[in-house]
Amino acid sequence: MSRIEARFAALATEGRGALIPFVEAFDPDRETSMALLAGMPSAGADLIEIGVPFTDPMADGPTIQAAGKRALAAGAKLPRILDMVREFRRADAATPIILMGYLNPILAYGPPRFCADAAAAGVDGLIIVDLPSEEADLIAADAARHGLDIIRLVAPTTDDARLPKVLAGSSGFIYYVSITGITGTRTASGAQLEAAVPRIRRVSSLPIAVGFGVRSPEQAATASRVADGAVVASALIDTLAADLDAEGRARPGTVGKVLDQVRALAAAVRAG
Amino acid sequence: MNTPASSIGANSLRSGPDARGRFGAYGGRFVAETLMPLVLEVEQAYRDARADPAFQAELDAYLANYVGRPSPLWFAHRLTERLGGAKIYLKRDELNHTGAHKINSCMGQILLARRMGKTRIIAETGAGQHGVATATVCALFGLPCTVYMGATDVERQKPNVFRMKLLGAEVRAVRSGAATLKDAMNEAMRDWVANVEDTYYLIGTVAGPHPYPMMVRDFQSVIGEEAKLQMMQAEGRLPDVAVAAIGGGSNAMGLFHPFLDDAAVRLIGVEAAGHGLETHAHAASLSRGRPGVLHGNMTYLLQDEDGQIEEAHSISAGLDYPGVGPEHAWLHDIGRVEYVAVTDDEALAAFQLLTRTEGIIPALEPAHALAQVAKLAPTLPRDSIILANLCGRGDKDIFTVAEHLGVSL
Ligand SMILES: Cc1ncc(COP(=O)(O)O)c(C=O)c1O
Repeated sequence: MSRIEARFAALATEGRGALIPFVEAFDPDRETSMALLAGMPSAGADLIEIGVPFTDPMADGPTIQAAGKRALAAGAKLPRILDMVREFRRADAATPIILMGYLNPILAYGPPRFCADAAAAGVDGLIIVDLPSEEADLIAADAARHGLDIIRLVAPTTDDARLPKVLAGSSGFIYYVSITGITGTRTASGAQLEAAVPRIRRVSSLPIAVGFGVRSPEQAATASRVADGAVVASALIDTLAADLDAEGRARPGTVGKVLDQVRALAAAVRAG
Repeated sequence: MNTPASSIGANSLRSGPDARGRFGAYGGRFVAETLMPLVLEVEQAYRDARADPAFQAELDAYLANYVGRPSPLWFAHRLTERLGGAKIYLKRDELNHTGAHKINSCMGQILLARRMGKTRIIAETGAGQHGVATATVCALFGLPCTVYMGATDVERQKPNVFRMKLLGAEVRAVRSGAATLKDAMNEAMRDWVANVEDTYYLIGTVAGPHPYPMMVRDFQSVIGEEAKLQMMQAEGRLPDVAVAAIGGGSNAMGLFHPFLDDAAVRLIGVEAAGHGLETHAHAASLSRGRPGVLHGNMTYLLQDEDGQIEEAHSISAGLDYPGVGPEHAWLHDIGRVEYVAVTDDEALAAFQLLTRTEGIIPALEPAHALAQVAKLAPTLPRDSIILANLCGRGDKDIFTVAEHLGVSL
């Protein structure tokens, strides 16, 4: 059983959904993002998404764009991000790690070698924003060979006729992009989620995580109750960004502030 | 789209793309799932329109009476004499309404958007020519228009920014990334994702997710179709060489596509070498880039070893793009089209050469094609023929040129 499968199965017996916080690798430097990553499980993260920066993040709003820019300036590169995952795995063998980013850095690395190296480093799944199911064969076989889940995205624009095509051959969990928009802008209402999630459940038995626009503990609680997990990204990055000094460097308390926010989100998710 | 797809055989170089929108390994639909249903909707709508004679008739009428097509074919005798070799013909697409070839595709796409019932238009622009052409067709049909333009380009293309505003468009300066054309395209995609119900994204070149590279090529192919007929009338034969500048590649695809199966016609695409190919300040994605994925398609890109996209440079804002249309990537790999590169200085010299010999001020983009013509013509016999695409007029560039010539206006 993969780490992702095992984690969702364990949460199902607990009767609650997952909190999935996001950390942009190398934002604003390796040390800070490594401390965040390492601190997240004990702060209540059930799975963790690591953002892989790209110069042209087409699906991201200003918050993640700025995080990516800081990260690239700090020297973020795929091999160095895999190195962070290796370091994380020395202390944590159970928390699933999902890399989220865009296709081109993976193409430049080479999909076969990337999948091998990512799996060896301890990565469990990939979310590749600009790789729709129509193009997924570019990496699907390599990912499967190394036991990496390619997490499929479903959007409000994905209609019932298209859903089975999008979800064919999917594994791990399903990422429901809850709004038509970019990250960090709008928020879906509880009612919208209550309508959307059953639509996906009819087609797939995989766990469903809700992302894009989940910001507050209440929203995280709703999303993880209606679906099976809540992804929180921009709200955490906003906290980090607001705490940086004039030169864009983290302060001594920055990591603690972000982890406190993870704790608050986790408490709400656990309370249901 | 003058040649029905059904009349093109499987062995033709004109039969692409395939059902996945691929030209060989290039092209495709690399967009977020949120946009995927829209991209498929545009494709279906375009296929329906293409099969509908009424759509083509409507487009033809607008091209004739509003855009001013067909554009003339001009035998440039003084330029020919000066260069002392091949006869040089110019396809005068700079005489179109709004001064460039961009309107050919804008006209086709706005008619498609109307057919689809879309009520809001967005576009990206670099030099502002595509933005002006889009704002123009939006004014013509009374549709609201938002144009994304890098803040750097807003600064260096002020006259076009003002033109767009006069035409009623909203110009949004994009400050993300390097604040140039690629960032404007990112921002337009972000707008589209957030406004999927009512908005049509009117892309300005043969790039982006399928069907855009195919559709924009089809709409621009009117250039090559006309030029072919006009060459036959003028010379009784096809040219030996056809030359066009490459930014995203739409004017070049428009000229080349009707000639792809005419093996005797040499096709040359001219990229911007900026300060020189040996520097990092150029926009020569085919000459110096590697295949990758950006803006919805797989193609040659300027990128670093980690797959991060690098900034392009060219004196011509319209060529200042780190990618190129996927059909060019394929034509490059199979060797059907030769791709060369011309520096800022060579383009500036050609700009002045054409102005003085023919009384035509070209845009800096086709000045790159003309610079290649100036290199090539003297090496060819006097009875050979070169056809160059004069895809834009230079009014928009006089400030840039003045600055480089040390003149203050
Ligand atoms: C006159 C002119 N030519 C060429 C281009 C480059 O685009 P493409 O390569 O798509 O023709 C532009 C773009 O702005 C332009 O304005």
